[in-house]
Amino acid sequence: MKIAIPADEKSLESGVCPSFGRAPYFLIYDTETNESEFIDNSAAASQGGAGVKAGQTIVDSKARALITPRCGENAAMAMHAANIKIYKSIEGSIMDNINALTQGKLSILEEIHPGFHGHHGGN
Amino acid sequence: MKQLLILSGKGGTGKTTVASAFIKLSEARVFADCDVDAPNLHLVLSQSIEPKRSDYYGLPKAEINPAECIGCGLCLQHCRFDSIVGDGGYGVDYYACEGCGVCEAVCPVGAVALKPAVAGELMLYANDTVFSTAELKMGSGTSGMLVSEVKKQMKEAAGNADFAIIDGSPGIGCPVIASISGVDMVLIVAEPSVSGISDMERIIKTAGKFQTRVAVCINKYDTNVENSKKIEEFCKNSSLPFVGKIPFDPDAVKAINSALSIVDVDCPSGRAAREVFDRTLPLLFSKGDANTQSSGIQINTKKSV
Amino acid sequence: MKIAVLSGKGGTGKTLVSVNLAAAAGKSTYIDCDVEEPNGHLFFKPADVKSESVTVKKPLIDSQLCSGCRKCVDFCKFNALAYVGGRVILFDDICHSCGGCALFCPEKAISEREKSVGYVQSGMSEDVSVITGIMNTGEASGVPIIKRLLENLPEDDKPVFIDCPPGSACIVMESIKDADYCLLVAEPTIFGAHNLSMVYRLVKLFGKPHGVVLNKCLEGDNPSERFCVENGINILGSIPFDSELGTLNSNALIAARESAKYGKLFNSFLETVAREVQHEAAVNS
Repeated sequence: MKIAIPADEKSLESGVCPSFGRAPYFLIYDTETNESEFIDNSAAASQGGAGVKAGQTIVDSKARALITPRCGENAAMAMHAANIKIYKSIEGSIMDNINALTQGKLSILEEIHPGFHGHHGGN
Repeated sequence: MKQLLILSGKGGTGKTTVASAFIKLSEARVFADCDVDAPNLHLVLSQSIEPKRSDYYGLPKAEINPAECIGCGLCLQHCRFDSIVGDGGYGVDYYACEGCGVCEAVCPVGAVALKPAVAGELMLYANDTVFSTAELKMGSGTSGMLVSEVKKQMKEAAGNADFAIIDGSPGIGCPVIASISGVDMVLIVAEPSVSGISDMERIIKTAGKFQTRVAVCINKYDTNVENSKKIEEFCKNSSLPFVGKIPFDPDAVKAINSALSIVDVDCPSGRAAREVFDRTLPLLFSKGDANTQSSGIQINTKKSV
Repeated sequence: MKIAVLSGKGGTGKTLVSVNLAAAAGKSTYIDCDVEEPNGHLFFKPADVKSESVTVKKPLIDSQLCSGCRKCVDFCKFNALAYVGGRVILFDDICHSCGGCALFCPEKAISEREKSVGYVQSGMSEDVSVITGIMNTGEASGVPIIKRLLENLPEDDKPVFIDCPPGSACIVMESIKDADYCLLVAEPTIFGAHNLSMVYRLVKLFGKPHGVVLNKCLEGDNPSERFCVENGINILGSIPFDSELGTLNSNALIAARESAKYGKLFNSFLETVAREVQHEAAVNS
């Protein structure tokens, strides 16, 4: 199965990116073939709706699971609509997290935070 | 790197005054001003060097090429934001345009194009300290993302600093939410007024959703002692650390107006701020679940003042 | 006369000034355009409040007609649409209601429905007509509510005081569009002066006649006053920092109604403002 993880750098040894919607890259890792592909996250430069756009990228990648430290409500809605499970990442590298998931050691991400859409504020 | 964010909800409570005091007291090497609509921190923490400046682009804005415009008015017909102006030949009201792209798509002759629009400017002062700030251009609307850019810029330049102090934005909207994301602790500077208390409650709820540690202090508490007591009670009942209260102090105004923080001079508000600081910083570095704070009890944010 | 009261940042005293001027004027209209955090009604406590919903159009996708071409998803500049699980999902609080998706769907699968983004509440407090705009939390823009607040203003003799949102973003611009005069409120600190300079730029850009009221004045140097003098800006009045005023205000009481001293101060201030507005109107006509 394919797993998606937000990444700051294109390396399996680097840490998981603290942001999902604005991560520069997503790693798509296939647990059956052990192949990894880093794709650009076009949402990183979006004014608003980064969670939605990033969510669409994950959906289109055909990943069945997402490992991330945090997730906003819009991205979460997109994941749930596609039946993609969201797991809470742990300390350590991206590879550590992938191993933890395949060993069944990761838990589902419970806390979904509100979006911070870059909309017309004024405050 | 631990990040402490200072918020207030209502504007004018003294966030920047408290933030600058904390930065001086902690000798913080990394700090940021996320109040991108009206940045003020640089006025107290004056920098001797020129910052690195970069443009921040917001939503693109439509532009009509008058040479190609045939005056059909389809753009005017479909614009939902009253941004097309003129008669016979059309133009775009830059400030009203929301960058939706409908006019560009509907124009039969390709006379309309969305062009990148500078919505603000990021500034980074980096020598022995790192100070990240930005200013939103008049009329812009995308402050949430600019706040994220200020924090990102700060983190990238921070190196191996232990902690950073962030002067947050007022209000409760998306720029505040953008500033809370990823931060370790929020200190709320509350104003003892009806509106100040209401805004404090809304911020506590929002910070709760991010699992961020929250502490509360009161500024200008003696302007309404009764309301101040209410805030203290509320913190006790919600198991939120109450880290102190700062009196109204005309000397604070004098200090600020001389571009000094309140802890650079000897004054009542400076002394009180020091006590608040002494109680806050250990909370930033203490281990444990943000939800249980330091007292080991669940936050009950359903209660109201 | 329509007077917009604004400041570069929150907490300077916009609401204090606009509420008390409206109260001092007796028969007047007070409009709260700070739709994210309206506070004026806390002071006026209006009676007989009528509430009207403000709606915008949001897309409604007919999944039977949708062919999955994703043209709508690709068009939306705000990323409010996604194609997941074989259908189009709308994220309506980031949708800006531009109508583009409905307009360009090749299958005509998208129609529009009205969705409430907030309210306009009208009531009376003595002779003051109190109109408050409230935006639902999390909505994309307060502009539709401000447009509703300011449409159909009566063209009678009653002065209108528009309490603007803080800052100089697009919702502030919307609030001052039809104002005859802009009253800028400033605090006596370097922060206040800096924020005043930002909002001063805004009113100049819009070509609005303007003047300043200095609030929370203490003894000693006032950087905001200096800014006004340096830039030739008219100072219409100063309100001294006073704990009595502070207490009344923090308890959501209208000083002009509760205190004889402040009744007088705001009445005299009102006269100055009225004179200034009429003078500007004469000069510009």
